[in-house]
Amino acid sequence: MSENKNLNSVAALFDTPNKIINAAKKVKEAGYTKFDVNTPYPVHGMDKAMGLGQSKIGYVTLFFGFAGAIFIFLFMGWTMAINYPYIVGGKPLFPFQAFIPITFEVTVLCGSIATVVGMLAVFFNLPFLNHPIHDSNYIKEVSIDKFGVVIEAQDPIFERDKVTEFLKSLGGEKIEYINEPEKEEFKILQPKFILFLVVVAALTSFGTFITLNKLMYVVPFNWMDNQRKSNPQSETNFFYDGYAMRTPVVGTVAKEFMPYPYQGQAQPEVPLANPTLPTEQLLKMGQEKFLTFCSPCHGNYAQGVSRLKGQFPPGPTLHSAKIIGYSDGMIYNIITNGQNAMPSYAYQIPREQRWAIIDYIRVLQRAQNPNPSDFQAIKELNKESGKNAVN
Amino acid sequence: MPSTEVGYVRRELPEKLKTIGLSLFAVGTGLGIIGFLINPERTSLSYLVTFMFLVSIGIGSLFLVALEYAVGADWSTPFRRISEFLAAVIPFLLILVIPLLLNMRNIFPWTHKSIVNSSELLKGKTAYLNIPFFIIRSLGIFIIWWVFYYFIIRNSRKQDSSKDQLLTKKNVNISSGFIPVFGLSITAIAFDWMMSLEPNWFSTIFGVYYFSGTVWCALAALTLIVILLNERGYLHRKIDSEHYYTLGLLMFAFTVFWAYIAFSQYLLIWYADLPDETIWFMHRWIGPWKIVSLAIVFTHFIFPFFYLLSYKVKMQAKKLKFIAIWILCAHLLDLYWLVMPGMPSNGYQYYFSWTDLVFPIAGVGLLILIFKYLSQKYNLLPIGDPKLQRGLDFHL
Repeated sequence: MSENKNLNSVAALFDTPNKIINAAKKVKEAGYTKFDVNTPYPVHGMDKAMGLGQSKIGYVTLFFGFAGAIFIFLFMGWTMAINYPYIVGGKPLFPFQAFIPITFEVTVLCGSIATVVGMLAVFFNLPFLNHPIHDSNYIKEVSIDKFGVVIEAQDPIFERDKVTEFLKSLGGEKIEYINEPEKEEFKILQPKFILFLVVVAALTSFGTFITLNKLMYVVPFNWMDNQRKSNPQSETNFFYDGYAMRTPVVGTVAKEFMPYPYQGQAQPEVPLANPTLPTEQLLKMGQEKFLTFCSPCHGNYAQGVSRLKGQFPPGPTLHSAKIIGYSDGMIYNIITNGQNAMPSYAYQIPREQRWAIIDYIRVLQRAQNPNPSDFQAIKELNKESGKNAVN
Repeated sequence: MPSTEVGYVRRELPEKLKTIGLSLFAVGTGLGIIGFLINPERTSLSYLVTFMFLVSIGIGSLFLVALEYAVGADWSTPFRRISEFLAAVIPFLLILVIPLLLNMRNIFPWTHKSIVNSSELLKGKTAYLNIPFFIIRSLGIFIIWWVFYYFIIRNSRKQDSSKDQLLTKKNVNISSGFIPVFGLSITAIAFDWMMSLEPNWFSTIFGVYYFSGTVWCALAALTLIVILLNERGYLHRKIDSEHYYTLGLLMFAFTVFWAYIAFSQYLLIWYADLPDETIWFMHRWIGPWKIVSLAIVFTHFIFPFFYLLSYKVKMQAKKLKFIAIWILCAHLLDLYWLVMPGMPSNGYQYYFSWTDLVFPIAGVGLLILIFKYLSQKYNLLPIGDPKLQRGLDFHL
């Protein structure tokens, strides 16, 4: 070792994969531990010949794969069930089945990224890219068509002449002594290089933007891009006041629209009379619309039990004496104009359906507060059908 | 003892195997016949499970043989003969299917006019699901498989003595033709023999589901036999842990593939939540079936996945043997789970029967007998194959 302090390693070249496998086996048998083999393509059986154990990179993949899987599963559960509980598609709040595809994807993603980054950072020593053999004639040969063995000077039983003789005896050609580089320079993070990267990034972004948006901008179909019309809420020079949107002429009424005389009044002067006759068809429509629009707050039977679990103030029961005492026109006024926390439903429910809902509310109220004659009617109904429904 | 260029020394398998195979087969078949005499409805379903298991082993093995030829793999060449021996079940399917064809009315609800007339869906399916077309289809597929089996295996055996490399090329062509035929036919078999047990339900991925289990099961059978024979020195000293590792890797891959397919089927049905689709899973979620369904997830995916994940386990013969047996049992359980819950003969009420245990015994006995018989006539290694030396020299 004394004859050459800067010596890094001794390299030898071989011609065929069989020779290199044999050489690797012999080098290992001779007791060398710090040696490496370079080949132009992966040679099967090399791991075994060199006595390499199992690569540790698998544990990195395993750990990050599972970490990713557990994280994303819990994260989705947290968003869906805890942070913003929200039912989607009638599924439970914690629909773990729906999480599985994403869990699978994230497992693969985390595992693969961690494998590549771990390999580069931990096993290849990034950001240090340089290695003494990179500047040698040897690496040129093994990256074309030769197979090479390198024994490093760090090896405990390394002796320059012995190693040279040994490699020659294995059939190695072109024995090369590779020296340590004078000074290891760390080239990546120099200010000049970073400045260069910034300039390149800026130029590329600017050039791409200009090219795509200005120089090469082609309108694919221009017949719908520019039309001679005014969009809503836009300006125009067609009308004297510059507004594109117009208000209707004073006193006009839309076709098939029945104006409501007490628009915006909490208490109508003379409540409207109910124009409908409660037929079965009408009551069915009233029921359907009641269940759609009214029941979320007032409850399915108007009993004042809300389904909204405190997300909105619950509506009152419609079976109170006060509401039973309201005229149909008064209830119509409340649905149309809104009352307290209840908004106006004039735009969601057409006129006829509002009256149908009122008829249905009356049915619900009667069902909750039956007259004695109603029991008699039920008894007669049961007699006719031959069943004893009233226990 | 004839020795060949690659150093294969042919040794006969012990005569004991014949006795074991014969006694298993005789006991199983005897009890099975008693079962058919006592309760043909229930017994024919038990028989169907084992029948599908033998189809899995046979056609899965032939697929592995064809795959090896088609993709030009050399690492599996030393084991090809073993898959070929297992694929020899295929000609027997034509005989084994007879008890099922005789009991079709006990197995398939769509064979009954009253059931068909009660459902618009089934009326629409009569063009496909009717007894004559069903029989023609099944027998036709078994015969097509037999033809492919006959030509591929004949060329492979001829090569042992003639060493003609052109035979490999011929087999590559036949195999390439076989694989698309296999894809279609195994889908038809899965639809006919298992999906039509609950004829109102349908799932287009069902064929792929059965395929994934089939190849998994054939690989496990191959691994088990390779390790058992090689440990006793019937194969070749060059077959070592690196070959085992590759077999383990493929089993691992198909574990994940099965889970992917099974979950794909489940997820879409779960999302859509339509009654005529969910009913199939509901049948498998009622009462004790819930435990079996969860056991399928564990035995068919979770346990093999974590077991085979490690590099070291795939290198060890003993551990691979264990998981191969596990996989064979898991596939049998999977078939049981596919067939049994929709039990028409008893108003869809499941009950356990001793015949469920009888037929797998007979099936294993039959496989041992076929294997022993063929191993007496042919080499356990395809000694004339030009890829054999490379296969033996295989390294990771």
